[in-house]
Amino acid sequence: MRQARRSMRTVVAHVVIVCVTLATIYPIIQIIGISLRPADRLYTTSLSIIPEDATAQAYHDVLFEKDFLLWLRNSTVVAGIVTLIGVFLAATSGYAFSRFRFVLRKSGLYSFLIAQMFPATMLLLPLYVLMKGLHLLNSLGGLAVAYVATALPFCVWTMKGYYDTIPRELEEAAMMDGASYWRAFRTVVLPLAAPALAITAIFSFMAAWSEFMVARVIITTKSLHTLPLGLESLSSTFQTEWANYAAGSVLVSLPVVLLFLFLNRYFVSGLTLGGVKQ
Amino acid sequence: MTHGAGEQANSLLGSLSHRLRSGGGRRSFPYVLLAPTVAIMLVVVLYPLIYNFVLAFKNMSMYHFHDARFVGLRNFAQIFRETELYLVFGKTIIWTAVNVFFHVTLGVAIAVVLNGRIYGSGIFRALLILPWAIPQYISALTWKGMFNHEYGAVNLILSKVFHLAPIPWFSDATWAFIAPIITNVWLGFPFMMIVALGGLQSIPHELYEAAELDGAGALGKLRNVTLPLLKPILAPAIVLGTVWTFNNMNVIWLVTGGGLPADKTHILVTYIYKAAFTYYRYSYAAAFSVIVFFLLLGFTFLFMKYFKVSEAAFE
Repeated sequence: MRQARRSMRTVVAHVVIVCVTLATIYPIIQIIGISLRPADRLYTTSLSIIPEDATAQAYHDVLFEKDFLLWLRNSTVVAGIVTLIGVFLAATSGYAFSRFRFVLRKSGLYSFLIAQMFPATMLLLPLYVLMKGLHLLNSLGGLAVAYVATALPFCVWTMKGYYDTIPRELEEAAMMDGASYWRAFRTVVLPLAAPALAITAIFSFMAAWSEFMVARVIITTKSLHTLPLGLESLSSTFQTEWANYAAGSVLVSLPVVLLFLFLNRYFVSGLTLGGVKQ
Repeated sequence: MTHGAGEQANSLLGSLSHRLRSGGGRRSFPYVLLAPTVAIMLVVVLYPLIYNFVLAFKNMSMYHFHDARFVGLRNFAQIFRETELYLVFGKTIIWTAVNVFFHVTLGVAIAVVLNGRIYGSGIFRALLILPWAIPQYISALTWKGMFNHEYGAVNLILSKVFHLAPIPWFSDATWAFIAPIITNVWLGFPFMMIVALGGLQSIPHELYEAAELDGAGALGKLRNVTLPLLKPILAPAIVLGTVWTFNNMNVIWLVTGGGLPADKTHILVTYIYKAAFTYYRYSYAAAFSVIVFFLLLGFTFLFMKYFKVSEAAFE
C-alpha cells in the first residue's frame, strides 16, 4: 500500500516535470523552428516545429546580407571595454573592501548596494543629457561608460565576497618574506581569486552584450548598432524578417547559453555570497 | 588625448607605480586600490545622480535644451496633480507582486519536485534554466512574436488545440499587460528554482526522517521542514528579485512595443523612459525619477533593517 503510493507519487512527479519542461522550452524550440523556415512560409498557421522544407537560408542571409557582422563587432568592442574596466576596478577595490579598514568603508559598500537598486533611467537620463551636451552621443565609448556604472556594484560585491574566503595568512606569509602589499596582492591573492575574476568578467561581458534600453538611447547611428539594436530592428518587421531575426537570435544565444550552463552554479554562489555576507 | 594630458597621466602612473613598488604603507594602500573605482563612480554615478536632482527643478525639454531655467517645484506639483502617477504606480505594484509571487511559487514547487527521485534530473535542471540563460531581449522579442494575433503560437495553440477564441493580446489594455507578465514569469522562475535547489540540498536528511517518525505526510514535511528551512535562503533572493522586477524595463517595453496600446501598459520605469526619450520631457522625467528614487530608498531602508535582523538571528 505504502509502496504503491510512493511509486504513484514518483510517476506523478515525472509527468509534472516533463510537462513543465516542455512548456518551458517551447518558445526556444519555436524560435529554432522559425529560423529554419523558408522565406515564403513565414505566414503560416501550422504548429509543426520543424518546417517541411527546412532550410539554412536565413542563417546565410543574416550573416552575409544583413549587418549582423557589423553589430557583432560593435557589441564585442563595447563588451570588451566594459569587461576590462569592470574586472580591473572590481579586482582592486574588492580587495580593499575585503582586507582593509578605512574611513567610510561601510558606507562605501552600502552605496554600491544602493546604486544597484535604483532604476537605470535615474542614471541614463542625466548621462544622456550630459552626453548630448558634450556631443558624446553615438559613441561606443560613451555606451561602455554607462554600462560600467551598472555592472560595477555587483562585480565589487562578488570580488569582495570571494577575497573574504581566502585566508589572510597567505599574504602575511608572503609579506614576512619581504613582499610589498601590492606584490602580495598580485602574486598571492589574485591568482587564487581566478574563479571570481572569471565570474566578474563574464557578468560584465553579458551585461553589455545583451543590453537594449540604454543602447537604444545613446546609439542612433545605424553603423554603430549593437546586436540587441540590430536584432530588434529585424524583429520589428515581423512579416519579412522574422526568419532572419530568429536565425540571428539563435546565433547570438548559443555561445552565451553554453557558457551560462557551464557557470550558473558560480553565479548563484556569487549572488548569495554578495547578498548575504557582510 | 592631448600631449600634455598624456604626459601628466604618465607621470601620475609613474609615481603611482613607484609607490606601489615601494610597498605603499598599510594606511595608504587601500586608498590606492580604491582610487580608480571611486573616480569612475563619482563621474558616472554620483555626478549624474546629483545632476538628475538639479534637472528635476528645471524646465528642460526639447524646446528648452540650452535655455532651461529653474522653475522650483512646478514639475512635482504637476506630477502629483495628474492621475498618471497613481495609475502607473498601481500597475507597477501589480507587475512586481504578480511576477515575484509566480517566480517564487513556481521556482520552489519545481525545485521540490526536482529534488525528489527524478530520473535524469540533471537534464531537466539544465533545460529549465534556459530561460534565464538566453539574453533577455531575445526572449522578450520572441514572446512578442508568439503573442501575434494571427500567426503567433499562443493564439494558434489556443484555437487549434483547445478550440478557444484567439486573444486580442495587444489591442486590449488588460491582455497587453498580461502578455509581458507571462513573459517575465517564464524568464524569472529559473533563478528562484536554482536558489531553492541550493537551499534544499543543504537541508539535512535526518530532519525528514524525524518528521516521518512523528507521522508527518508529504504535505506536513513540506510545511514543517522544507519551507521554514528554505526561508532564510530565499529571503535575500526575493528582495533582490523584487528590486529587479520593479526596475525591469526590457521585458514590458519590448513585449508591448513601448507601451501599446496607447501607453496603457507602463510601469514606473518605462513611463519615465518614454517621457524622457520619446517625448523629450527631460525635467518632468527627472522629477518623476526623483519620486521613484525616494520610493526605492524607503524600500532599501526596510530591506537593510530586515537584513540586520536576520543576520542577528544567524549568530
